[in-house]
Amino acid sequence: MISADLNVILPEIVLSLFAILALLLAVYTTKDATAGLMVWATSGVMVLLAIWIGMTGGGATRIAFNGLFIEDGFARFAKVTVLLSAAAVLIMSEAYMKKRGLLRFEYPMLVALSVVGMMMMVSAGDLMTLYMGLELQSLALYVIASLRRDSVKSTEAGLKYFVLGALSSGLLLYGVSLVYGYAGTTQFTGVMSVAKTGETSIGLLFGIVFIISGLAFKVSAVPFHMWTPDVYEGAPTPVTAFFATAPKVAAMALFARVLHDAFGNAIPDWSQIVALLSVLSMFLGAIAAIGQTNIKRLMAYSSIAHMGYALIGLAAGTQLGIKAMLVYLAIYVTMNIGTFAFILSMEKDGQPVTDISALNMYSKRAPGKALAMLVLLFSLAGVPPMLGFFAKFGVWQAGVDAGLIWLVTASAIASAIGAYYYLRIVFLMYFGAENDDRLDDGKSGLLSTFLFASAVIMVVGIVNTFGVEGAAISAAATLVN
Amino acid sequence: MDHHLLSIITFMPSFAALILAIFLRGNDVAAARNAKWLALITTTVTFLISLFILFDFDPSNTGFQFVDEAEWLMGLKYRLGVDGISILFVMLTTFIMPLVIAASWKVETRVKEYMIAFLLLETLMLGVFMALDLVLFYLFFEAGLIPMFLIIGIWGGANRIYASFKFFLYTFLGSVLMLVAIVMMYAEAGTTCIGGCEVSLLTHTFASDTFSVAGITVVGGLQTMMFLAFFASFAVKMPMWPVHTWLPDAHVQAPTAGSVVLAAILLKMGGYGFLRFSVPMFPIGSEVMAPLVLWLSVIAIVYTSLVALVQADMKKLIAYSSVAHMGFVTMGIFTFNQQGLDGAIFQMISHGFISAALFLCVGVIYDRMHTREIDAYGGLVNRMPAYALVFMFFTMANVGLPGTSGFVGEFLTLIAIFQVNTWVAVVATSGVIFSAAYALWLYRRVVLGDLIKESLRTITDMTRRERWIFAPLVAMTLLLGIYPALVLDIIGPSVTALVASYDTALEAVDAAVQTTSK
Repeated sequence: MISADLNVILPEIVLSLFAILALLLAVYTTKDATAGLMVWATSGVMVLLAIWIGMTGGGATRIAFNGLFIEDGFARFAKVTVLLSAAAVLIMSEAYMKKRGLLRFEYPMLVALSVVGMMMMVSAGDLMTLYMGLELQSLALYVIASLRRDSVKSTEAGLKYFVLGALSSGLLLYGVSLVYGYAGTTQFTGVMSVAKTGETSIGLLFGIVFIISGLAFKVSAVPFHMWTPDVYEGAPTPVTAFFATAPKVAAMALFARVLHDAFGNAIPDWSQIVALLSVLSMFLGAIAAIGQTNIKRLMAYSSIAHMGYALIGLAAGTQLGIKAMLVYLAIYVTMNIGTFAFILSMEKDGQPVTDISALNMYSKRAPGKALAMLVLLFSLAGVPPMLGFFAKFGVWQAGVDAGLIWLVTASAIASAIGAYYYLRIVFLMYFGAENDDRLDDGKSGLLSTFLFASAVIMVVGIVNTFGVEGAAISAAATLVN
Repeated sequence: MDHHLLSIITFMPSFAALILAIFLRGNDVAAARNAKWLALITTTVTFLISLFILFDFDPSNTGFQFVDEAEWLMGLKYRLGVDGISILFVMLTTFIMPLVIAASWKVETRVKEYMIAFLLLETLMLGVFMALDLVLFYLFFEAGLIPMFLIIGIWGGANRIYASFKFFLYTFLGSVLMLVAIVMMYAEAGTTCIGGCEVSLLTHTFASDTFSVAGITVVGGLQTMMFLAFFASFAVKMPMWPVHTWLPDAHVQAPTAGSVVLAAILLKMGGYGFLRFSVPMFPIGSEVMAPLVLWLSVIAIVYTSLVALVQADMKKLIAYSSVAHMGFVTMGIFTFNQQGLDGAIFQMISHGFISAALFLCVGVIYDRMHTREIDAYGGLVNRMPAYALVFMFFTMANVGLPGTSGFVGEFLTLIAIFQVNTWVAVVATSGVIFSAAYALWLYRRVVLGDLIKESLRTITDMTRRERWIFAPLVAMTLLLGIYPALVLDIIGPSVTALVASYDTALEAVDAAVQTTSK
């Protein structure tokens, strides 16, 4: 029934319509002058949609368009996370972009459209939906990466992202066509009944490998991570903040969706590939970040490492693993929003600063913000008692449960190495050398609010996870059975 | 028992820290004074409350007492409790902290943050000794690194950056391996409850069937693997030779109060970990690895004593002496008999007082001369008679003079090791002589002789505040030396139970081996 189908995808329709109407409005009226308002309106709509999605559904699984689109607990969890983090990043970016003349009316629209893509990704029930969602997301992201048109670095970032992204899309499509050829269908349920452990044909296996490669690019898992540091560094900071949050969640959720919904009967076949991606990402993320002095590049490597940890949950191939992965992503996004709120507030004489040496003895000048960053950095490093530790604990528990003890041990070592570069920032803020190269006193109450809220969550979360854990459990149950 | 005394004393210091962080404004002298007084009062009250717990404690009950329990996230439980083994470490912590705060009265830079760091540290240290959930334990165990990292890094000496990083990364690497084992234990036993639950880790028997990994035969199987993972963490924390190298750096660079906490309490976490986890939970693994641990302990005793002899820096010398004394502790624990375990616990408690006092002794003259070089001193007895007396007393206690608490621990562990392994005992005993050598020589060079150094002509003796700090330490060292039953009566029954469960576990395995071979 078409009306029932439309009902299922109503949130996506609402967001798309909003984006299109806002675009028309902006084109026919004042263009960039309304951009500030648009940013707030877009994030408002996103928050409302998140509440709507979170409230409705009631745990039921609804399927639309003959299985092309699935709306289940898992999709809802991912959508709420994506929408809330995108809304938060949008609000954070307004002041920064306005100050630097980057606040064009296209920006909130593109973010909204990429979020529509993400929402489709996490709800994909068919390889075609998957590809469509992914491309919708990616095309919007390519554009906002090069938002700063007059900057060589920003345009380079956009171009690099586009070329490599196109390559990965090609890989993915090739995998999709192989799977279609050997399974005879693009629908996940159909593939599921063909791809069984032990009887997977070699062509199907190739298909899985290519699909995984394409998706690994999107989550920036090693060895498909090369674009990440350059794009993170080159893109305007608010865009980097966006890249580090919502698209990562969506891509990881899509990853889990494909592997469990389409290849859920061939877990041993892909689990080892994912485990390898995971271990490489964790180590490269931990080691390559040591030499970075640009905080945005550092966060790029940090996100690579974090995706590696989240992939442990996926590699486990169990319900516990998916739950751990979802909790990990939720915590990761929260930490990153706080950290980027801080990075956005780093400026000197009105110019953005990304060099970490500017943080020398920051704790003397702004003890409150330094303390919040300390909490976030220790949380990112996975040091208890911060919430980041429980994120790691969850995926390790799932890994051991699935018998991946070597992977868990390796990730333990990687996390000890990785602790170094987070500590180095703490070290600069608290016991660095005094110098005159000081940052402006950030007056942005908004950014500070995000920073403090995120830090407080990292501490308070260990007492109560605000229902995230329960939601993740039921979300995982709908995906894996 | 339906009260929350343990939670109260655990979180009272961090509550005070929160008050300081939120309500104390300004950087002036008045604010600093308020911070100091609040910290001192909080730690003292914490100590007084912990005395109630000690008086209410029933030594004959070998289970956990004063258990405080609540639901927690991820299926874990928040559970605190004490038994004969842990209660004295709790007491040691609450006893030392007020002295540490009092010894920090002269701190002038960032006083508020300093007090917050120490108060948080107290919460975390108490939590380590009380936690009855493995993950909760790990949480406190690891989180203690953060304030200590900051204490060394912010208020430390010239080379503090290197020391703080080394301290953090060394212990963090050891601990993450332990975390892997913790996750495995959770998967294996289905619980993280340490003791006193329906299913608890202390009563769970972990698999000990020999298996081979990559061509290496692992005797004791899973238990040995898990033992090694825990060992990685506790050996670093202890610290045992050869992973002790972070300790001298950390001690030298840390401020006096930081050194005191490090030596008196943080080092005890490793020994406590062996007693609480390694030995009772992995008896087979412990048995398999015991020879290695014993020889590492002996090497620590002899080698670090020799290294201590040639140190030019007082704090470094005492740090190495700490490593040697901790060698006696590990040696005692891995004899697995009553005297050995009694001796090890006694040695840890006594070392808590003595090493704290020795670092405070260094602090007293460092505050005056701002150097820790032994060569910069000499003949202090002429200007500082009271100081000479106190320093003499603790030097003797450090050597293990009968009548001081230092003697009892060393003596018990040596008796125990003699029953188990005579060779180890012979070598270890020589460590006693070396310890006399470096300690007395240090004392001679710093305190005795003529006062010839120009810079020392105006040095003043201990102030009243300093005397008051040393008084309780002297009292405790003497009291425990003369009447060791104070400690032994409390720990006795729990240690007996521990030894008994260990023996039962070994016998069960022997019986199983015999039935299969028949």
